[in-house]
Amino acid sequence: MSNYSYIALIPLLPLASFILLGLWGRKYFKTSAGIIGTASLLASTLLSLYAAYSYFFVDGKINGAYGKVEVLKYTWLQFSPGLSIDMGFLLDPISIMMIVVVSFVSLMVHLFSIGYMKGEERFATYYSFLGLFTFSMLGLVLSTNIFQIYIFWELVGVSSYLLIGFYYDRPSAVAAAKKAFIVTRFADFGFLIGILILGFYGGTLDFGTLLQRLTSIQSSEFISITRASFLGVSMLTWGLLLVFMGGAGKSALFPLHIWLPDAMEGPTPVSALIHAATMVVAGVYLVARLFPLFAMDDAALQVVAYAGILSALLAAIIACTQTDIKRVLAYSTMSQIGFMMFALGVSGYGESKGLGYTASMFHLFTHAFFKSLLFLCAGSIIHLVHSNDMKNMGGLRKLMPVTHFGFLIACLAISGIPPFAGFFSKEGILMATYESNKFIFFIALFTSALTAFYMFRLYFSIFWNKEASTEKTHHGEGSLSMKVPLIILTACSILAGFVPFSKLITTDGIPLEEHMNLLFSIAPVGLALLAILLAANLYKKANTRPQKLSQSLGTLYIAAKRKFYIDEVYLFITQKVVFNLIGRPAAWIDRNIIDGSVNLLATVTGKTSQGIKGLQSGSVQNYALYFFSGIAALAVIFIYLWK
Amino acid sequence: METVPLTHILFVSTALFCIGMYGLFTRRNLITMLMAIELILNSVNINFVAFNKYLYPYKLDGIFFVIFIITIAAAEAAVAIAIIINQYRTHQSIDVEDATELKF
Repeated sequence: MSNYSYIALIPLLPLASFILLGLWGRKYFKTSAGIIGTASLLASTLLSLYAAYSYFFVDGKINGAYGKVEVLKYTWLQFSPGLSIDMGFLLDPISIMMIVVVSFVSLMVHLFSIGYMKGEERFATYYSFLGLFTFSMLGLVLSTNIFQIYIFWELVGVSSYLLIGFYYDRPSAVAAAKKAFIVTRFADFGFLIGILILGFYGGTLDFGTLLQRLTSIQSSEFISITRASFLGVSMLTWGLLLVFMGGAGKSALFPLHIWLPDAMEGPTPVSALIHAATMVVAGVYLVARLFPLFAMDDAALQVVAYAGILSALLAAIIACTQTDIKRVLAYSTMSQIGFMMFALGVSGYGESKGLGYTASMFHLFTHAFFKSLLFLCAGSIIHLVHSNDMKNMGGLRKLMPVTHFGFLIACLAISGIPPFAGFFSKEGILMATYESNKFIFFIALFTSALTAFYMFRLYFSIFWNKEASTEKTHHGEGSLSMKVPLIILTACSILAGFVPFSKLITTDGIPLEEHMNLLFSIAPVGLALLAILLAANLYKKANTRPQKLSQSLGTLYIAAKRKFYIDEVYLFITQKVVFNLIGRPAAWIDRNIIDGSVNLLATVTGKTSQGIKGLQSGSVQNYALYFFSGIAALAVIFIYLWK
Repeated sequence: METVPLTHILFVSTALFCIGMYGLFTRRNLITMLMAIELILNSVNINFVAFNKYLYPYKLDGIFFVIFIITIAAAEAAVAIAIIINQYRTHQSIDVEDATELKF
């Protein structure tokens, strides 16, 4: 085993950049902030690539299976001899995969932002926030115990809040930041209770010990957690579902997804980093981290699977009707995360039953590349057009060849066209689903075709459709620092699918032989190609067919365009029900009863002191008189009344 | 030799105490008030000496108390006169009613 202590540097370098730029950025590094942030991230990325290399190919395997390595672990808070919160770094296949993804995408975003955010007033602040986010995300994936993950989980939420609300002079950005924070906070409330349940029954917060205790059927912890039940459901299921609620909030699963589309108010590179590639997959990562435990409980897995497929389908339908480019991408993210989730939900534990797990992690990996590419392309398009609305775009393919190429590749990848990255991971997911749940499989197939349709609707509307107006060409495609990340990510989107994932990441760490079934791929790829042709037919040239189609769909179209009224339902529940039935009575009680009793006490005290303040006359002889009367009274008491 | 009964002595000391109280509450001049306080203290001294003599003739506890009180009275007089001098410096008077600023 080689020494992995250098892992600590991977999250600490972005933290250093955050502190440096946060404290002194505005004064000393106003223009060099981008270089500093990018340099620290470059170092982190190289270190994590090195760690991945040495773990996967040199010495990670013990007896043919990838094991867990814990580095620099120390006890941070001791509750009782058995229960403590530790801090440390946990290395296993998924955390190594995540640090590579997070640091790499973050590096690309840092680089892209040098050009994109140039001339911004709070340039250094922006980079310090990016550093904070990267630090928290890396800390999250490297956490050794469930409480440490919770701490970083909240830190990630805070940095996401700061970055969504980066343009704080825009009311919509402030509202979006608040919404994202409140919705995810609400979900984290469930997460915390879940942690407490698992910690209480498991007697530990450490991942390794927890999983070991709660997955062996004979252990006393397992027996007590399955025996105990609440509302007819065992505590194991409750704990897992509540933890999943936290994951669903962060990963924008239905019905906690409402914050994600609004979060697009932040700068576009931030959307690429946080709301597409890294933070939103934290929920998937959490479920994967606790997967052996989820695999013990069918009910919880079913919930994961159905929440995933429902989100995937709903988001895909909504994405077909949106016109804001970033919102389409946001719904597409939500849909793809739904894919990862239900892949976990249909998976089992061990050997070939764990295909869904492998496929889910694979999709997480490839999705990070093509989705951040899509967002960065969207960023450079918005940079050129100064608008988010697809209607203001069109015919951009000649103006921005690099972006056009990158966007096309990313669209092909997300649609699952071979041989691009998304094809392999999506085939893996569909295959695993086909083998365990046919119902989910057919919905997934349909959703995957829808994905191809809305992505190419976006592609054709932006790059073809109509002629580009020439007035918009006052500056080109963007500086070199904006193009380089696009090119690198395009290369990744093409090549990432060839990573032999099932040899690296499996449920039990034992490498699996890959078996690709080409016949199976005919249906999904064929459907995707059909959907692309349909999109080309509708949107390649400006025509009236899309309007006619939407009119013929009638209410379904309107409902989808209005995002199925989910926001309205939330508004109704919060404003009409919660505010009126709980908020207003509580406010009344607060104002009248709580405040009233305090005010009463104050009034009584005030009145009394008004009455007796005359005693404090300032005249010495009065005081002497009181003194003597006091003595006389005491004398009377002691002589006559004290028996 | 005819001894003086205890009640007579107590009568003197009570009278002295009442005169002291009266002086303390009616006089406005600080020096007069200080003298009144000395009267009160001395009435207590007489009590101590008298009880010592009549109740425990072979002990000296009461006498010791008196000596203590005389000592403390001397110290108290020094402090009181210092206060009076300071009041005179700030208020140009030693009338107790001229110094009533410390109130509500």
